Amino acid sequence: MVTPTESASLQEPNLKGNIPDGLTPDLLRYWEVLDQVPDPEIPAISVVDLGIVTRVTVEDNGAVQVILTPTFAGCPALKWMEKTVREALLEAGAPEVEVQTTFENPWTSERISESGREKIRNFGLAPPPRRRPGCVGPDLEALAHAVCPRCGSENTSMKSPFGPTLCRSLHYCFDCLEAFEQFKPL
Amino acid sequence: MPNSHPFPSSPLARYLLQIADDQLVMGHRNSEWTGLGPILEEDIAFSSVAQDQVGHALAFYEYLQAECGADDPDQTAFNRPENQMLCNGLVEQPIGDYAFSLVRHWCYDHAVRLRYESLSGIENKTLQSIAVKLQGEVKYHTFHADTWMKSLLQGSEESRLRMISAIKEVWPLALGMFESWVGEENLSTEMDPNGQAWYPGEAALRLQWQVQAFQSLQAWGVDVDQWALSKLEPVLGGRQGFHTEHLAPLLEEMTAVFRLDPQAEW
Repeated sequence: MVTPTESASLQEPNLKGNIPDGLTPDLLRYWEVLDQVPDPEIPAISVVDLGIVTRVTVEDNGAVQVILTPTFAGCPALKWMEKTVREALLEAGAPEVEVQTTFENPWTSERISESGREKIRNFGLAPPPRRRPGCVGPDLEALAHAVCPRCGSENTSMKSPFGPTLCRSLHYCFDCLEAFEQFKPL
Repeated sequence: MPNSHPFPSSPLARYLLQIADDQLVMGHRNSEWTGLGPILEEDIAFSSVAQDQVGHALAFYEYLQAECGADDPDQTAFNRPENQMLCNGLVEQPIGDYAFSLVRHWCYDHAVRLRYESLSGIENKTLQSIAVKLQGEVKYHTFHADTWMKSLLQGSEESRLRMISAIKEVWPLALGMFESWVGEENLSTEMDPNGQAWYPGEAALRLQWQVQAFQSLQAWGVDVDQWALSKLEPVLGGRQGFHTEHLAPLLEEMTAVFRLDPQAEW
C-alpha cells in the first residue's frame, strides 16, 4: 500500500517519536519539519507526536501532500493546524503543499508517541492511559484512576470527563491535594 | 460528484442528513448552556458535548458534499428552509431546566450511540471509519449522561421527582427520534460485508433503545410501568420536514450571521 520512497504513513507509534523508519531524505526532512509544528492547545507536543499526521507523500514534481486526522471531530484547532502545517512545509522549501483532513485512519490516543506522552506529562497533564487488551473504544474505567502528573499517585478521582478542551478531563489528587487534567483516552 | 437528482439523492444520503441535522440542532441547543450551567463542570460538559455534536454534523455534511452531491457544509447547514430540515422534535426544544436538558441528553446520545454502532457495520469504508471514530466520542456523552441520571434519580426526593417529571415530558419527543422516513425500507435491505442488513430500520432501533433505557431506569428506581412510558404517543413530523414551533426561531438565530453574507469565506 505504501511505497516508502514516495510516501510514508504512520503505522505504530515508536519510542523515538512518530516519524516512520526508512524514509528518503526528502520525506525525512518534511517529517522532521512537521515534528516541529506544535499542537496549538498543548504546544509542548508536535502534531507528529500527537499522531494526527497520518501520511506524507512527495509527488514527482516535488509537491507535498499531507493527510491529517482530527483528534476529536469538533476540534476547533483543526483549521489552524492545516494552516501551520502548510506554512511550515512551504517555508522548508516544498514547492506546493496540499493538506487534507480525513477520517480514513481514525485517530485514537494510542497514536501518541512515547516521547509525546512524556512531553504531555512534563506539560502538567496526565497522558492518556494505555488501552487494555480487548477494550474497544475509549477505556473509561481507567479514567477513574488517572495517575497524577505531579506526584504519580493513583489515589485520584475524576471530577468531570469534560475539561477545558475536548481532549482533556478534570481530576483531583488526594495525595497532593491538587486538581489536574488528563489527556483523554479515545 | 455531479448529480442531476435533487439532494438528498439516495436513501443513504437522506439518512445521513437526518443524523447531521439532529446533531447540528442538538449541538446548537446544548451550546445554550454555555455560561448558564448549574455548576461550572456541567457548563463545560454541555458546551463540550455541543462542540462534539457540531463537529459530528460537519463530518456528515462534508461526506454528503464529497459523495452525495450536497452543497458545501455551510450552505447545507445554514441555508435550507425549515421544511427541508430533517431533524426530530426532541432536539428542537428549548433547553428548559437542567433536568429536561439532562434527560434529553441521555435519551438522545444513547440513540446516537445505537445509530453509530449500526453505521459502523456498513460496507462503505469511509462511512465506517467516520462511525467508528464518532462512536468513541459519544461514549463520553453517554457516560456523562448516565452518571448524572443515576445520581439525580437516586439523590434527594426533590431531585428524583424533578427527574421523573422531565422523563415524562421528554419521552414522547424521544420516541419521535425513530419516526419512519421515506426510503427507509430501501436502506434496510442494504447489506454489510457479511450479508447482514447494517441498518435495522427505525422501529427496530426504537425497540432496542427503549429496552436499554427501561433497564437503566429500573436499575435507578424508576417504575416505568407506573408512568406508562411505553404507552406514550411519539411526537412525529420532523423527518418529513414538519417541525415543532421551536425550530423556526432557532434557525432564525442560528443562521443570522450566515445570512448577512451567505458567500463569505470563513
